[in-house]
Amino acid sequence: MIPELGHFALILAFWIALAQGVLPLLGVATGHLGWQSMAKPATALHFGLVLLAFLALLWSFAVNDFSVLYVSQHSNSLLPTGYRMAAVWGGHEGSLLLWAFLLALWSIAVAVFSRTLPLAMSARVLGVLGLISTGFLAFILTTSNPFDRLLPAAVDGRDLNPLLQDVGLIIHPPMLYMGYVGFSVAFAFAIAALLSGRLDAAWARWSRPWTLVAWVFMTFGIGLGSWWAYSELGWGGWWFWDPVENASLMPWLFGTALIHALMATEKRGGFKAWTVLLAIGAFSLSLLGTFLVRSGVLTSVHAFASDPRRGVFVLIFLAVVVGSSLTLFAWRAPKVSVGGRMGLISRESFLLANSVLLVVATGAVLLGTIYPLIIDALNMGKLSVGAPYFNAVFVPLLAPVLFLMVPGVAASWKEAQINSLVLRLRWVALGSLLLACGVPAILQQIGQGEWLWRTSLGLFLSAWIVLGSAKHALGRLRQSGRIPLSYWGMHTAHLGMAVLVVGITMVKGYELERDVRIGIGETVTLRDFTLELKRMENVDGPNYKALRAMLQVKKDQRIVAELTPEKRRYFSTAMPMTEAAIDSGWMRDLYASLGDSVEPHPQTGAPRWNLHVYDKPFISWLWAGALLMVLGGLIAALDKRYRHSATRAAPT
Amino acid sequence: MSNDGKFGMKKFLIPLAFFLSLVIFLALGLQRDPKEIPSPLVGQAAPAFKLFTLAPNDQTFEPQEMLGQVWMLNVWATWCVACREEHPLLVEFSKQHSLPIVGLSYKEVQAQDEPPGAKMSPEEKRLLARQRSEKWLRTRGNPYVLTALDLDGRVGIDYGVYGVPETYVIDKQGVIRYKLVGAITPEILSKKILPLVTDLQKT
Repeated sequence: MIPELGHFALILAFWIALAQGVLPLLGVATGHLGWQSMAKPATALHFGLVLLAFLALLWSFAVNDFSVLYVSQHSNSLLPTGYRMAAVWGGHEGSLLLWAFLLALWSIAVAVFSRTLPLAMSARVLGVLGLISTGFLAFILTTSNPFDRLLPAAVDGRDLNPLLQDVGLIIHPPMLYMGYVGFSVAFAFAIAALLSGRLDAAWARWSRPWTLVAWVFMTFGIGLGSWWAYSELGWGGWWFWDPVENASLMPWLFGTALIHALMATEKRGGFKAWTVLLAIGAFSLSLLGTFLVRSGVLTSVHAFASDPRRGVFVLIFLAVVVGSSLTLFAWRAPKVSVGGRMGLISRESFLLANSVLLVVATGAVLLGTIYPLIIDALNMGKLSVGAPYFNAVFVPLLAPVLFLMVPGVAASWKEAQINSLVLRLRWVALGSLLLACGVPAILQQIGQGEWLWRTSLGLFLSAWIVLGSAKHALGRLRQSGRIPLSYWGMHTAHLGMAVLVVGITMVKGYELERDVRIGIGETVTLRDFTLELKRMENVDGPNYKALRAMLQVKKDQRIVAELTPEKRRYFSTAMPMTEAAIDSGWMRDLYASLGDSVEPHPQTGAPRWNLHVYDKPFISWLWAGALLMVLGGLIAALDKRYRHSATRAAPT
Repeated sequence: MSNDGKFGMKKFLIPLAFFLSLVIFLALGLQRDPKEIPSPLVGQAAPAFKLFTLAPNDQTFEPQEMLGQVWMLNVWATWCVACREEHPLLVEFSKQHSLPIVGLSYKEVQAQDEPPGAKMSPEEKRLLARQRSEKWLRTRGNPYVLTALDLDGRVGIDYGVYGVPETYVIDKQGVIRYKLVGAITPEILSKKILPLVTDLQKT
């Protein structure tokens, strides 16, 4: 009964979303106030119904209702309860329902917090969100119904993919989707502004907090995904340039550009058309990501079962949403794009340059992601684009972005003097240069690894950002006047970026790995650590059996850590999985991953196993950097002026 | 950001034009299957091997035995999840068509199956693989004329096995004509494999 109830709620939600999408927009077009004020109640009802459907699916998982096809495919009676709940979004149908649920959540949030918005504006924004939701609900109902029954019911479920049985994976998809879907709010504001023909400071100020919050979720989601890949996939990597990762990176890069462009539009009325294009682009890329993941046009480690019908549906949806909004843009933007003038050297120009570079970087990622598809479509063969391409184009494109972060903050609006900028930043530059050359030189001297130019570049940029921000903040503190929260948010996020770059630089420059065959009592040395295999033991988990290695780590004859990598075999799939062991620290991670058993020791005949051990310096700085960026975004979003924005921004 | 003259208007159409060309490629891409990986082996003679089969006596199998007929080689294992999905399709297919399907059981016994600290002998491994595979085929149906046991995965290396399941179509002269990585779908079977097999059987 409950699954049918969920299905029914979903069908109702579709019609309500359609009403929420059509009536308010028609109301604004015809000046019918009654229809405009339908937007909010429709949004509330829409949210309630999708919530009901979501709870119905959650309930089906909670009670192990294996007569529901989706539950039987993604859960198992032995699965621990927490994972059983997370299994709701462990597959295609459920993740789409989560998407729809989060979209409804964002819509209701806009409805609640837009009380001070002019009626026509909020009607348009909620209308656009309603139309997007209509499309998604139609997608779920026609091609991906999570409530389909399986008759006769399965005795037990097939279980959640063991790779997904991890805390990181419980929260990674909802966070990422909050980001993806959150960009729909900035998108809806942009479309509403284009429809009204008023791309003004008020529009930028309304959009900023929503964009910031979406960006925060997205940053957190990507960071979590990367941390999960590192700790769970068992080969020590943290970013693979996989199509699905790229699909999340592209809207993030656009979103980052958008946050900064919105600031310029709000403060100076500059490059409005560009900003609106970024808002459309960020959400379009979220939809494109959905298409790439759901249609099966690209192979990926994230591959869900793909169905060509779904691909066609998402592609048509994508074409309609993005095509119509870009047409609207081409029609309306020329009339509104006249902005304030800016000097060649000014904060606006630095922000513009940075957003252009971020967009170009996105283009490079997009090209690398769909290049195999294009080559195949042109009948020129099959190929795949790997990390070498992305690393080769990404570093030269992002290095100037990082460099411009400092003059961008230091320069004044409208017109800045290049001489005074150089004069103010000369000690920062000198200090960064010293650090960038000194640290690798010392590390080479003490035998920690070779001096690479990339290490110096990364360290220079990090030091440049940290010292530049510190200098600016100190100068600001000395001045009188209240400092807005968004100022501290900005510096925190920039600092996060610098920390992240340190992490990437140090890992890339100094990581060590050893791949050995090891028996009990044998040791492997890694830099100043000695790892000894003490014993092997069998361990029983709730839904798996494991072989566990006990490694004792010694440094200078002292035991500093114990690592217990496992090789697990899950009952339901019999799929062997490696469970890496990580000893994490601020300066380095020791990472061990257990492989298969190999031929016995040639002399003694004792059994041996493959073992992969890594020393990864500063890798935790990657996640720390991401967390600082999240924190910075949150601080900025809490700025008081957004809460009062609407009253000040009310049309005169 | 000035927009004077005709170009000023047209530049706002650039994003739309860019997006439309992207959509065209995505639409074309939907027609393709990324799992169909061209293998250097296609057009080459099927690598030779000699392996024990599932049969309890020490019966062996060599690809040469199939010369003169078109046949299909299907790589599978009981631990492989996707094999369970394609299996009913193969069973159905073997009932309807007279194309012999040879199974290649790939690395059936994994390191975790062995007691820690001890190695299983090849005979023990073969026994375990037989027990498991036979039980699997008993419950799910057996589409294979026989299944060869590639316990150490050496033959898999010769055939360039990416991941299980994989399927090869081999012609009367023993040349590989088609390779599929991943599970067979009804579409691939009816649109790709059947026409190819009918063609090959004529010559």
